[in-house]
Amino acid sequence: MLPLFVVLPLGCAFFIPLFSKIKEEFAKIIGVFCAAGLFILSYIVLFKVRSYPVVYAVGGWKPPFGIALVLDGFSGLLLVVVNLIGFVSIIYSFSYIKRYSNPSLYYTLFSLLLAGLNGVVITGDLFNLFVFLEITSIASYALVAFGTEKEELEAAFKYLVLGNVASIFILLAIALIWARISSLNMADIALSLEIGSYKKLISFALGLFIVGFGLKSALVPFHGWLADAHPAAPAPISAMLSGVVIKTIGVYALARVLFNIIGFNPLISDILMGLGILSMLVGVLLAIGQWDFKRLLAYHSVSQIGYVVFGLGLGNPLGIIGGLFHLFNHSIFKSLLFLNSGAVEYATGTRDLNRMGGLSDNMPVTANTSLIASLSIAGVPPFCGFFSKLLIIIASFQKGAIIGGIICVLVSMITLASFLKVQKYAFRRKEPKMEAKEVAFSMKVAMVILAIICVVAGLGFNHFVNFIIKPAVDVLLAGKNYAISILR
Amino acid sequence: MSLYFLCLILLAIGIWCLLVKKNLVKKIIGLGIVEYAINLFFILLGYRFDAQAPIIAKDSNSMIMVDPLPQALILTSIVIGLGTTALMVALAVRIYEKYGTFDISEIRKLRG
Repeated sequence: MLPLFVVLPLGCAFFIPLFSKIKEEFAKIIGVFCAAGLFILSYIVLFKVRSYPVVYAVGGWKPPFGIALVLDGFSGLLLVVVNLIGFVSIIYSFSYIKRYSNPSLYYTLFSLLLAGLNGVVITGDLFNLFVFLEITSIASYALVAFGTEKEELEAAFKYLVLGNVASIFILLAIALIWARISSLNMADIALSLEIGSYKKLISFALGLFIVGFGLKSALVPFHGWLADAHPAAPAPISAMLSGVVIKTIGVYALARVLFNIIGFNPLISDILMGLGILSMLVGVLLAIGQWDFKRLLAYHSVSQIGYVVFGLGLGNPLGIIGGLFHLFNHSIFKSLLFLNSGAVEYATGTRDLNRMGGLSDNMPVTANTSLIASLSIAGVPPFCGFFSKLLIIIASFQKGAIIGGIICVLVSMITLASFLKVQKYAFRRKEPKMEAKEVAFSMKVAMVILAIICVVAGLGFNHFVNFIIKPAVDVLLAGKNYAISILR
Repeated sequence: MSLYFLCLILLAIGIWCLLVKKNLVKKIIGLGIVEYAINLFFILLGYRFDAQAPIIAKDSNSMIMVDPLPQALILTSIVIGLGTTALMVALAVRIYEKYGTFDISEIRKLRG
């Protein structure tokens, strides 16, 4: 069942251009079939798999030699997130994508994106990780440029150059590790690195990995492309990019390499905490001055990814729980906010907050779901963002990182301020009154689903953490013991 | 050792080209050079002097063989590079249609 996660979307990406020649409608049908199938599969995995890890040897070659697909708690969490957001975004795309020419190409690229993301999550082989990373990246470059207007093209080119540099760094790191260990299986590398002492090799490869995955996940010294690329894409793709892509090919891959292959140590903890704090602060300070709705949201992605990385960098169980829970929450509410911004743009034709106003009367669904998402991202109590931020802050005080904890609280307050600005200018103020119609049914459905998850994850957060987040945390805490359980 | 050093020089030329040149097409070429420097480095890791192709045949007398794995990996990497380069060139063509120039100092609609 494990290979289906890659085979299904790749197959759909192949058949969509083929069948859309016959009838344009087929593209949509196959695209939805693909996303819905993956969504169902990920929930089968979530509810049925009781003992992690599940290892699948591709082509029958046993793990140290062939490519292994590995499903453990951490990949399970990411699979659920990726396929949930993918499904919701594709529902939203029904009406939204009519603005663009050639929707069949859109669905093809979307399926390819899903294939790459699922591949990154379930692979257990370092070079295979690189290949899927590139599939994801190429699909997302093309999707950012999908509008083919001036801004889209420029943003996509910038994203492409920086993304390609990141890939090259990652490939170089893989080459160095291969040169020493002569193995590409993650578990095998983890064990070999433990036996020999390769201090210089590890520190060089560590640096390359952090730069490479840092560029992919837009941590602060490497965040330059994100604020251009994410707003330029069509709204459902912005939701995918901010909600899922930067987490999967950035944070997930980084955490997998650092925790399970190289092994967590105080140096890595300091680097991650430093990057996290920097991202939080710089992201939010850049965000608060923005008047472009989507650009503001994009800078908040930088800031919120900072929380996730900071939580992981703390390294104590509570911090990792908080970080991963925030990863989940952020993918929900940030996707929702991007879908809201897309709905506003769809209805009014502008993204400039100064020119909006009074939309809450005409677009009640959009206004109310965006209110829920804004309160979640700002960390207001009953919603999901509050609990993950609280866990991170408690964990940082536990660890003695007092300054980090205080900065977390501060950034949360600035986030609240900037989302109050969004709510006031776009939806709640009376002047100027904009004439706008509520968006189409499928877009409303997508937004309402995500808003409900926001509330449910907040109210039942302890069940949620126990059920989905806990297995993932166990994987990261197990560190190198992960390798033994796979090669068993 | 000197071969590895040549790889490093190639990498440096590519990165210099990527950072300094203002023309989009030259940037694409620079990225290509960087990519090939890494590919060459990876191939060199598996290369053995005075070795033969890794095929076990009846008349093979030498036991020193070239490691085939990096070659297989780099083949994949080259194909990926082809994909990204094609996409980049397509974007550059579209950018030229919209802006009428390849100079990045004039293509600056996005800022802040």
